[in-house]
Amino acid sequence: MNVLTIDGLTVDFQTGEGATRAVDDVSFAIPQNRTVALVGESGSGKTVISQAIMGLLPKAARIVSGKLILNDPESRLKPVDIAQLDPESPQMRAIRGDRIAIIFQEPMTSLSPLHTIGDQIGEAAELHRNVDGNQARELTREMLRLVRFPDPQRALDAFPFELSGGLRQRAMIAMAMICHPALLIADEPTTALDVTIQAEILKLIKDVQQELQMSVLVITHDFGVVANMADEVVVIYHGRIMEKGSARALFKTPGHSYLKALLNAVPRFDMKPGERLVPIRPIELQAGGLLTGGGRKTITAGKPLVQLQHVSKSFLTRKGSLLSARAREFLALDDINLTVNRGECVGLVGESGSGKTTTAKAILRALPIDAGRILYDRGDGPADVAHFNREQLLDYRQRVQLIFQDPFSSLNPRMTVNDILSEPLLIHKIGAPEERAERVRELMRLVGLDPRYLRRYPHSFSGGQRQRIGIARALALNPEFILCDEPTSALDVSVQAQILNLLKDLKSEFGLTYLFVSHNLAVVDYIADRIAVMCRGRIVEVGPTREVVDNPLHPYTKALLTAVPEPDLDARLDFAALDANKASEPALWPAPYTLREGDVPLLVEEEPGHYVCAPAFAKETHKTALEEAVL
Amino acid sequence: MLYYIARRIFAMIPTLLVISFLTFFIIELPAGDYISNQIAALRATGESASIAKLEFLRQEFALDKPFLERYLIWVGLWPGPHGFDGLIQGNWGWSFEFDRPVSEVVGPTLPLTIILNTATILFVYIVAFPIGIYSATRQYSWADYGFTFLGYIGLATPNFLLGLIMLYLANRWFGLSVGGLMDPRYIGEPWSADKVLSVLAHLIVPTIVIGTSGTAAMIRRLRANLLDELHKQYVTTARAKGMRETHLLVKYPLRMALNPFIADIGNLIPSLVSGSVIVSVVLNLPTVGPILLNALQSQDQYLSGFILLFVAMLTLLGMLVSDLLLAVLDPRIRLGGRVSP
Repeated sequence: MNVLTIDGLTVDFQTGEGATRAVDDVSFAIPQNRTVALVGESGSGKTVISQAIMGLLPKAARIVSGKLILNDPESRLKPVDIAQLDPESPQMRAIRGDRIAIIFQEPMTSLSPLHTIGDQIGEAAELHRNVDGNQARELTREMLRLVRFPDPQRALDAFPFELSGGLRQRAMIAMAMICHPALLIADEPTTALDVTIQAEILKLIKDVQQELQMSVLVITHDFGVVANMADEVVVIYHGRIMEKGSARALFKTPGHSYLKALLNAVPRFDMKPGERLVPIRPIELQAGGLLTGGGRKTITAGKPLVQLQHVSKSFLTRKGSLLSARAREFLALDDINLTVNRGECVGLVGESGSGKTTTAKAILRALPIDAGRILYDRGDGPADVAHFNREQLLDYRQRVQLIFQDPFSSLNPRMTVNDILSEPLLIHKIGAPEERAERVRELMRLVGLDPRYLRRYPHSFSGGQRQRIGIARALALNPEFILCDEPTSALDVSVQAQILNLLKDLKSEFGLTYLFVSHNLAVVDYIADRIAVMCRGRIVEVGPTREVVDNPLHPYTKALLTAVPEPDLDARLDFAALDANKASEPALWPAPYTLREGDVPLLVEEEPGHYVCAPAFAKETHKTALEEAVL
Repeated sequence: MLYYIARRIFAMIPTLLVISFLTFFIIELPAGDYISNQIAALRATGESASIAKLEFLRQEFALDKPFLERYLIWVGLWPGPHGFDGLIQGNWGWSFEFDRPVSEVVGPTLPLTIILNTATILFVYIVAFPIGIYSATRQYSWADYGFTFLGYIGLATPNFLLGLIMLYLANRWFGLSVGGLMDPRYIGEPWSADKVLSVLAHLIVPTIVIGTSGTAAMIRRLRANLLDELHKQYVTTARAKGMRETHLLVKYPLRMALNPFIADIGNLIPSLVSGSVIVSVVLNLPTVGPILLNALQSQDQYLSGFILLFVAMLTLLGMLVSDLLLAVLDPRIRLGGRVSP
């Protein structure tokens, strides 16, 4: 039996220039106790479909035609057509949150910061289940236990900002589940989460689905999630269904060229050396003469460019309430040793909060470090970044640039693209006005954007285009070293492939050096020459990419690798083996990797060039000196 | 919490001291003081008979002492001609112009000022909130445009003009006496039910006049704040739970949009006092506003100093109240910085 049958759904958006069709004649069905994945890029209309099902379409949108038949197995009522109901009518409100529930992508913003978790979850029960406050609280506690909150009793009175992203998403799931809905819509439920947390949340959704016998509609652009969750797949592009069928059939023989293209754009661990991703809209690199280096002194490729030696950094966090503020030290970087050689790409991998971004900021000298040295070779021998004088620092700022994670907030919305790209040149007083203008146009061509767009503002570009503007800005000063801070984590797979290829091409064209920060191991695997894995402010494993991915030594690296959902039905996640909490707890790592409070995270050479953090081995025959470790 | 409140009140003491010093300093900035100006005026006209009395007054109020000493005597931290006798001891000073203690000059006007200000603040909040919420939830509707238009008129009309028009209309239509906060019959009379009714009737016009621009400004701000919040994800979450629209609006986005208004209570008070001076003069309201203006013009220093300090005190109290309310209403402030696993 189908819980929801969508038949010929068509949704129009009323815009200033007339109606735009967002969803065009979409039909598919969601069977009971099954998971259907709705796959597509951003802007393809998948979220609009979920909004139509929930009766939460924005004001500008209108269902032109089509049926959304909800056939609730638990109620004795006849099937209802949601499309015919007034979204604000009592009937629709009774369905919303009770029979159909939704979880959103952003656990950080989808809960009200002013109300306790218990209040917000219990509210759904009070609305639909005819229970009073105390019963709702009881139900909420039960629900929190079901989604495996560590301490359900305490969580009832916790505020969302006191919880981590993973716990917030669990709270969202509890809220959606409390009325035992017939259909759960999960709109990119794990996109904003770390891989290990993602695996846990996916497992949780599956478990709860088993327990409550409900149907799930997963909306995602991640084929790893699809392969691990879906029984059936619906591929959507520009509001139209391209292909639908069982997951097995679609993965085995993708029929439509669009689906094939999407699958080709996903980085996989089993890619051959030198194999390139195929983006749907590739960019041809057009390098002109202006951007090939200045007359700067540089070192030759392969020599250490940046060296972090025993770098430590701790932050003070306030603990306790406003009334008894007490400072607590939080070790963000613990004795970090890392070398980046000129011309290579080092991938820095770890969960959020592991210190990746702090490392990047420390290298930029955007953050003072507490101990250790950061050496940078400007062609005249390694020099401590912290001791650069004004002039040296200005030169350093030209050599080292940053690409940010969020392409939406990293561009000033009140500056035109021209202003954004010429600002670095103005600050460093480079070139005459005409020269600058020429250079800015060349930067645009370089990242595959039309120089005619220079007068536009960032809001008129898509996420991928904005990220390219960010890359162009980073390239404006002819840098030699670029810190990429999760540059693709906010982007779709197809756009991600495009950006990754662009970064690769730029690297080989200009001999750039990257430090590529990411939580996505598959992405790092694709772009990096060497990988450094971070956990809780420590580097736990460093080595050549192939070596680390194929032969991970450290338990944390192993856990990270097993948590990556692969777009392959035969390599599904082993949910039973997952235990992310244990894997990221240094004190619980098995010997010789155990790290207790105060232990120095020493790296030892286990294989040639492949180092792992194992203090217990340090006393034995292994080489430990990190200065040697870095090739 | 009690400890927090005590700490905040304790922290107000140095703040008040600094404010009092600044107030005193600014008031003393013009050359001379009320009495020496008086003496100079008498000298110029050749009258020397009363100069002796004025000289006596100068000594009596320690005006011949150096600046710092005068300040400390005024506050009550330094023995003056009559020992420790300053603000701390409850002596609010002497008004030279009225030739009476400041407490007697200001005393009767203070309760009326507070009543008028409270009424105005209530008016602003009561009128602005429903309209602001209505405008935000029905953005770009005819009513929204209408309120926006009215709001701009309210912001742009000079208060005293509005006051005069309304007084005239109130007199023509309802037979209210022009000006004042009560019918002239009741001035000086003991309080009675009729007198209270008269005061209430006379409060209406000034409240509306003083409150209009504040209301208009608040409607605009509330509308903008609420519009920001209405598109946040957590509102959609609540809607997806199947909540009723009005219930949802009050529980989630409105609560979030409230913060700036609570934080504003402290700022509202001085702006109402100083903003209503002209209106008070025009409408002949017995509030401290006109007295302050007068005292500043005639360098009646203790009178103006006391009023300024009083307003500062009100502001500090308002700030305290808004901080406490914020901590109560917003857990992020109350539990700020708490980190959990």
